[in-house]
Amino acid sequence: MKKKPLKSSTRRVNNLNTANKLFDKELVVKSTTDNLAIIRDFTKAAAKSCGFSDETIDKIALAVDEACTNVIKHAYQNSPEGDIIVNISVSENKMKVAITDFGSNFDPTAVPEPDIRKYYRQHKVGGLGIYLMKKLMDEVNFSSGAGNGNQVILVKYL
Amino acid sequence: MVDFNVETREDSHVDIVDLRGYLDAHTAPELENVFTKLIEDKRFKVVVNFENLAYISSAGLGVFMAYVETMRENDGDIKFTNMSPKVYNIFDLLGFPLLYEFYTDEKEAIKKFNEKS
Repeated sequence: MKKKPLKSSTRRVNNLNTANKLFDKELVVKSTTDNLAIIRDFTKAAAKSCGFSDETIDKIALAVDEACTNVIKHAYQNSPEGDIIVNISVSENKMKVAITDFGSNFDPTAVPEPDIRKYYRQHKVGGLGIYLMKKLMDEVNFSSGAGNGNQVILVKYL
Repeated sequence: MVDFNVETREDSHVDIVDLRGYLDAHTAPELENVFTKLIEDKRFKVVVNFENLAYISSAGLGVFMAYVETMRENDGDIKFTNMSPKVYNIFDLLGFPLLYEFYTDEKEAIKKFNEKS
């Protein structure tokens, strides 16, 4: 799926498709790690307004941080010029966070579940983020477009 | 805005690394620099005090994984202390307690190092 990069940093999304959603907000930032704090704050504010507990709010913010860190590292390969779109929508029973980029395709599902002892022996460091995302959220779905771009959808039930 | 701070001090031949704030992919390189320096200076017995750390992501966890073996090969270790339940939970989810020692108090970790030597 290819969307046009948006100019504004945050905005409310209003269209017919969102009529049944209680909440729909979007943040667009460049692919730099200093934006992770902004992304976490945006996510926490949204999760708070849904009435999640502090513990769950922290889990969601960490999962979104991990997803965006992957986008910066893998999709944009640390280039600071890419756009990351974080869209948060809330319907009756769930909060959905969609993270979209326009960088190189990457397949996080190819990453096996980490075994900490094996990691230690093999001096491996990566792959922990995806595992954490799956542990922290109720649903995690990855998709890549035919050209450039990826999308991760994280879901937490209310 | 200072979102992360790392400082080192010494106590009974052990280096204590104090973490403060938010440790993520943006701030993890600062911690990497500290570990690189410790290794350069041949300081292999390290206690990381998490008392003032509010947040950690896998980028932060990866730093400990990257350096622990060098410490252990040189008769040292990286031991963790004073972690909040929230931060400990992330380490626990990834199975770190299988490979690392966690202490509630910094003094216990220092004592453990000095018992060995």
